[in-house]
Amino acid sequence: MIQRYETVIGLEVHVQLTTNTKIFCSCSTEFGQTPNSQTCPVCLGLPGALPVLNRKAVEFAIKTGLATNCRIAPRSIFARKNYFYPDLPKGYQISQFELPVCEHGWLDIELEGGDSKRIGITRAHMEEDAGKLIHGDKPEAAGSSLVDLNRACTPLLEIVSEPDMRSSEEAIAYLKKLHQIVVYLGVCDGNLEEGSFRCDANVSVRPYGQEAFGTRAELKNINSFRFIKQAIEYEVERQIDLIEGGGKVIQETRLFDSNTGMTQSMRGKEEAHDYRYFPDPDLVPLVISQEWIEQVRATLPELPDAKRARFVEELGLSAYDAEVLAADRALADYFDACVMLAKDAKTCANWIMGDVLRKLKETGESIADVPVSPQLLNGLMARIADNTISGKIAKTVFEKMWQSGQTADQIINAEGLKQVTDTGEIEVLVDEVIAANPDQVAEYLGGKDKLIGFFVGKVMQASQGKANPGMVNQLLKKKLTGN
Amino acid sequence: MKITRAEVEHVSRLARLALSEAELDSLTDEMDAILDYVEQLKTLDTEGIVPTAHAVPMENAFRPDEIRPGFTPEQALSNAPDRADSAFRVPRIIE
Repeated sequence: MIQRYETVIGLEVHVQLTTNTKIFCSCSTEFGQTPNSQTCPVCLGLPGALPVLNRKAVEFAIKTGLATNCRIAPRSIFARKNYFYPDLPKGYQISQFELPVCEHGWLDIELEGGDSKRIGITRAHMEEDAGKLIHGDKPEAAGSSLVDLNRACTPLLEIVSEPDMRSSEEAIAYLKKLHQIVVYLGVCDGNLEEGSFRCDANVSVRPYGQEAFGTRAELKNINSFRFIKQAIEYEVERQIDLIEGGGKVIQETRLFDSNTGMTQSMRGKEEAHDYRYFPDPDLVPLVISQEWIEQVRATLPELPDAKRARFVEELGLSAYDAEVLAADRALADYFDACVMLAKDAKTCANWIMGDVLRKLKETGESIADVPVSPQLLNGLMARIADNTISGKIAKTVFEKMWQSGQTADQIINAEGLKQVTDTGEIEVLVDEVIAANPDQVAEYLGGKDKLIGFFVGKVMQASQGKANPGMVNQLLKKKLTGN
Repeated sequence: MKITRAEVEHVSRLARLALSEAELDSLTDEMDAILDYVEQLKTLDTEGIVPTAHAVPMENAFRPDEIRPGFTPEQALSNAPDRADSAFRVPRIIE
């Protein structure tokens, strides 16, 4: 089918900032506590309570703004966004409207085929989160909703993109990039399921060639990258079908249902879009000096793009290896620490991307608690480099290091795994193998060169993997052909 | 008229205010007078003047990111009309 419609996507991402306390009061932001055990007069919206801005939340906003190429506003103000909902005790949400803290940023995303595309960031503003509504099926919740205000007033940074994305793939590439950055910065824990990184997608379609945007639907309630992709793709199909059938897309909020893979109109919130913003008289303007911005800039870590480029250009890794290793800051730090000790970046990359990542996956541990430290891994790589053990034995040693936390040398000595490099010892084994397999010897001499692998295997087996494979190969060839 | 009765009705609905017919009439007149006054202000030349976001000439009131004890769940719920365990209970909000 020829695609006659172009998809237009803009994304609004709510990033929950990892401050210890809420944005306007000193209550803890810890997740998963007893309902309403982290509240005070401010976040309950009791009369007379005054919000006071958390300085750390501002710092995190500046940090994120700088990392996403935004201009940090020298002066911004907070506004009240008025609407009624049971998870919003004050009847308004403190947010930013006219003067947000960050504006005019961008991120470059990589497209399939290696091209990159710049996605504009309109603005990023600070606001407080609402509480949590529980619509349980428990008998005590029948016909009612339960409200937990622990989350109310948790700091959020809402990052709004330009409608620059043209496919679900581009949307996901942008989201993953943004996710990686905020996690790298340490301003967000990045947990999608717990709602620390939430995405609303504005989706519309228009016939190719048409300049004006089509009417958009806002998709909410999506808590994984896979579901976001699914929701966008469903919504695009729905809108095209609607238009093709002579209907009209209406501007509305639609909820994604992960069970059906469909989006559904959210009823009864039409009027809620009339938010009647006005400056919050409880909060004074936020003024950010150039000096403060520079202080924060000095704390920025090396970001994923820069890291990837360095891994390729300075360390000679492939683009793929660089991508995998830079994807997670802790993993990249681990790799950097290994390279610092071992110098040979490619070997480090192979060990980490092979055995280390495989073990982490098996055990479900994170790189932060990896039992084989860069020092230990370096000790192992050094024993391969100096021929103390073969690459094959090294796998066994690695396994034991993971379990015991011992050094490679301790394990090699304790288990007698030192590679046999004594020519005499190996010769004995080679002779035995040749004597025991006369048929294969005849075939080999008849021209079946591939059989050398069979002999090497037998000798290695006889040595319990400890013979130096290179020497075994050499000696076998010499003995078999008699020269 | 700067504001219609229908607009006043709309705003009162957004603010969840139940107004009588008489109140709607008088509020329409009062709000109209207020908007008239704003019109008058709008004739002033404010070119180059930073919009006033706050009446007090003050900026950057911060607090450090340190946890301080707040309410216990019992205290938080002490004025709640209805509750279930330590949660507020409200009429069901979605189907």
